Amino acid sequence: MDFLVSHFAEILFYILAALAVLGSIGVITLKNPVHAALSLLGTFFIVAVLFILQHAEFLAAVQVMVYAGGIMVLFLFVIMLVSARGLTTQAAFLSPLVPVAVIGAILVGALIASAVLLGVFATGNAGPEALQTVDGEVLGNTEAVGMVLYTKYLVPFEVVSVVLLVAMIGAIVFGRKDRFIEEHEGEVGS
Amino acid sequence: MPEPILQLLLIPLIKIVVLLVVVLLIVAYLTYAERKILAYMQVRLGPNRVGPKGWLQPVADGLKLFVKEDLVPGGAEKLVFMIAPAIVMVPALVMFAVVPFGEPFKVAGISVTPYLADINIAILFILGVSSLGVFGIILGGWSSNNKFSLMGGLRSAAQMVSYEIPMGFAVASAVLMAGTLSMVGIVEAQRTAQWWFMFPGILGFGIYWVCGVAETNRNPFDLPEAEAELVAGFHTEYSGMKFALFYLAEYANMMIVSAMAVVLFCGGWLPPFPNLLAGLWALPVLAWIPGAFWFLAKMSFFLFCYIWFRGTFPRYRFDQLMNVGWKWLFPLSLANVMLVALGVLLLKG
Repeated sequence: MDFLVSHFAEILFYILAALAVLGSIGVITLKNPVHAALSLLGTFFIVAVLFILQHAEFLAAVQVMVYAGGIMVLFLFVIMLVSARGLTTQAAFLSPLVPVAVIGAILVGALIASAVLLGVFATGNAGPEALQTVDGEVLGNTEAVGMVLYTKYLVPFEVVSVVLLVAMIGAIVFGRKDRFIEEHEGEVGS
Repeated sequence: MPEPILQLLLIPLIKIVVLLVVVLLIVAYLTYAERKILAYMQVRLGPNRVGPKGWLQPVADGLKLFVKEDLVPGGAEKLVFMIAPAIVMVPALVMFAVVPFGEPFKVAGISVTPYLADINIAILFILGVSSLGVFGIILGGWSSNNKFSLMGGLRSAAQMVSYEIPMGFAVASAVLMAGTLSMVGIVEAQRTAQWWFMFPGILGFGIYWVCGVAETNRNPFDLPEAEAELVAGFHTEYSGMKFALFYLAEYANMMIVSAMAVVLFCGGWLPPFPNLLAGLWALPVLAWIPGAFWFLAKMSFFLFCYIWFRGTFPRYRFDQLMNVGWKWLFPLSLANVMLVALGVLLLKG
């Protein structure tokens, strides 16, 4: 019982981490795309809880709001519009097994290597306070993230937003392409 | 009993039970109020058979839905069909955890807070959790294996995603004025400012309220269940308790949207017009009125507005709905956030 109480966060972390891995396996193995999307939704949710365990409450809330609330709705929307029932009989994504396995192994290796290098050698264990502190004052995760994002990382932040804007414009251009060509079809030849 | 167990387990558990009972009771009598008010607006009597003046009508309705046969249509995606109502209901109830109904008070020496949690991301928590409810509607519509249900679910998804954005910006304008994301902090900021945020933030308040009505799929934005076109939209195939869960979740969401409006823009549990009538509210006759009374009174007003709208406005067409959302509310809410930010900067900085 004492062990349970003193190691509650760690135990919770391992349970949740296992569930997250199970959820992400479900995403690529479930044959019904809607079930896969639901599995992904569950994984997002568990990742949000993991953020909370690390005292990154702002990230957790944004994770739920943006990924679970926004992006997953659009996923489901698309899946339903392309008539999911017709897709359910198709094989899962895993058919070219060997190349996928090789790429996956390389990526997992890189992930573990970077986690070990960054976690142990580079920064050490910063602890949860680092995620809550602004100028040596504990204010909260929202303030800490906002402060870092708009001062230290302002330029990368703006660059990323421009990249996203370009991607959005690109999506609109692709979406409207057919209509544009139809409207201007006669003009090129004449 | 050791203090930590009392503090960590017993009090929150009691609070959770009380909260659930109160919320579900209000929801039950909200359905009664809606039928009665609509009836009077249309010069009818409304429910008046079960109990005096129909007071026991919600009990009868609940009993009926409870014992009704639970149908699952052939060709339905069974698992998803079963969990969809729960996915709608759970977020609707979870959100009440951070709603501050009143000020902290003392009972027998123990300080009791009339809210479950005062977390420093309460606003984000509510926005995040509220965006999960839409999954139940989409999945319920999709799993029913019914064209009308699927249409209802898709409409609902499009509508909720569209109106979430201006709603988020409108909420952000109140957060800017308060300078905190905690619900309790926002009410306290209005006490300090001596103003409800409604008055300096009237534009944000208007946008919030319109989006709030749209987010709960109520008139004039009830396209996901437009009965003239879609039978009953996403819950056409649902019966018995599963239907009841959709129904209860809709009213619980109305309560949350109203409660958020009260907290963000109308001073939460503070008495009305704190700047003009402060002397009046300090009188001993009136000072004993608990904050929860003011909170519930303000919330009831917004709930009445919901019913009022339903009795008054015709339904939008879908393209009109999208126009209002994207071409009017979205740019307006963006401009509003910038204006409020500028105002806060000039006044405070």
